[in-house]
Amino acid sequence: MSTLTDDDRSFRTAVVERLEGNRQPALVVLAMAVMVAASAAFVYGPFPSLYDIFWTTACNAGGSFLVCSSLLQNGFTAGILIGIAAPLVGAYLVNRQMALVGDALAHSSFGGVAIGLFIGATLPAVEILGLTVPLDFPLLWALIIGILSALGLQYLALTTDEYADIPLAVLLTGGFAVGVLIISYGDAIVFGREVEGFLFGDILFVPFQNVQLMVGLALLTLGVIALTHKQLVFITFDREAARLARIHVRFYDTLLMILTAMVVVAAMQILGAILTAAMLVVPVAAAMQVTTSFNRAIVLGIVFGEISVFAGLVLSYQYDVAAGATIVLVAIAIYLWTVVSARV
Amino acid sequence: MTDAIAAENITFAYDDRPVLQDVSLSVPEGDFLGLIGPNGSGKTTLMKIMLGLQSPDSGSVELFGKPPRRFREGTKLGYVSQQSSEADSRMPVTVRELVNMGRYAHAGLSRLSEADRAVVDDALERVGIADLAERQVNRLSGGQKQRAYIARALAAEAELLALDEPTVGIDADSEEQFYDLLDELNDEGITILLIEHDIGVVTERADSIACIDCELYEHCETREFLETDALERAFSTHALIRGDRVVHTD
Repeated sequence: MSTLTDDDRSFRTAVVERLEGNRQPALVVLAMAVMVAASAAFVYGPFPSLYDIFWTTACNAGGSFLVCSSLLQNGFTAGILIGIAAPLVGAYLVNRQMALVGDALAHSSFGGVAIGLFIGATLPAVEILGLTVPLDFPLLWALIIGILSALGLQYLALTTDEYADIPLAVLLTGGFAVGVLIISYGDAIVFGREVEGFLFGDILFVPFQNVQLMVGLALLTLGVIALTHKQLVFITFDREAARLARIHVRFYDTLLMILTAMVVVAAMQILGAILTAAMLVVPVAAAMQVTTSFNRAIVLGIVFGEISVFAGLVLSYQYDVAAGATIVLVAIAIYLWTVVSARV
Repeated sequence: MTDAIAAENITFAYDDRPVLQDVSLSVPEGDFLGLIGPNGSGKTTLMKIMLGLQSPDSGSVELFGKPPRRFREGTKLGYVSQQSSEADSRMPVTVRELVNMGRYAHAGLSRLSEADRAVVDDALERVGIADLAERQVNRLSGGQKQRAYIARALAAEAELLALDEPTVGIDADSEEQFYDLLDELNDEGITILLIEHDIGVVTERADSIACIDCELYEHCETREFLETDALERAFSTHALIRGDRVVHTD
């Protein structure tokens, strides 16, 4: 990906990338399939009632508007998980100098949202073998387009000789252009406020089906990283040594791209396509100012991410301003504070 | 003695610039082989091909008797290069986290066990940087950093250490200590493949020497090597030779 050096390019045909009989990628894919099934079973099984019990209890105990407003409940639930998943994935991205990959994937996922809105407006559902399959689910389309873009980005990085930021720029602008094109064709009246919500983030407009998807994606991200942290950190720190240790670098690079797409889609409706990348980068950047250890940087990044989400949501509600922007600005304030305090 | 690495008739070119021409070189297990040659002679490329990090245009390599594609015991190989990567100068990683990476190929997808952690402690102890375990890698001196990388290879229980000009930018005392450590490891049975620009060091430390400049000029025991004119031939267009020391002019 964007960390490809000239050396990497000459290694494109490296023999270790074509390892015969290396079963680890297959095991990871298998484990991911199990995790997808488990997350889906949780999110569409016990999650709605757990969600109700939790927020009813919280509301009865506290009684404040912060926990009793169903709109804020949706936002908090999704925000808390994004505050964990985004810095977690971001820690690897930032240290591979791939901070802007999240931005590119967010913009192309926005194209996916537009496609989803258009399809939803023209063909809300189809019948397949007697089953009604709903198509009016823009965030799911964003996920599909986001993952395809991640794979495309990885393919371009491996097969072209150009600078690594060129595919990024193409994807970022191209995805956005597709979105704008479709929205203009479909006429803004059809989509109205929903488009803006995905673009700038709109915490008050998160339907419960999106909360379910966000929670599922965040859980899946946590699970996959718990399983593959060692490989991801090894490759991030020292690609060549990782190759030598017969770790399937290309597989794990692709995996990290897909995880990024998942997190970006999960965060999009809270933060907005334009601001999502901040959550991947800023808390991690702050954590790196104050610690010498990678594992501690991950933990601190999550702590900073959570503080940003909580403070941002409360402040935005208090002053009636956009939640996504407030969260990002809180995160940047923390970053600036760590930069200054690390130097005095 | 079996070969840790056997490379046969390796040819490699970047576009149409030939880098290696029909080079055959084997490293017996337990050997300490010094690989020398002028700048741009293809030493690093040859090392990468021998480790399976790069594919040759033609020719074949066997790592511990297997072609690199089918060689899966990545833990057997340790690699220390001269450049510090971007990540090792910026990424927050402690010495312990770096040495832990040596156990990752052993652990696969499971967590590091107590036994793994004990091996890491031993490796840190062995190279004499146990007291620096919690320090960030980019805060180490050049010599300490190279020791940390050796510790990672020891933690991996590597049987072969490949080092590409490991002491560039390291002061003379640390360099001396570093090569003493390599000698000890070699005595304990670890095969060493060393690229080094200081030919004095190589003739003093290595059991055998290979001299290349696109093609292989000579590969034999160090004592015999000094009696050949391989250095003169290899360096004739690149350098002046004074006794057994070579001063680069390019």
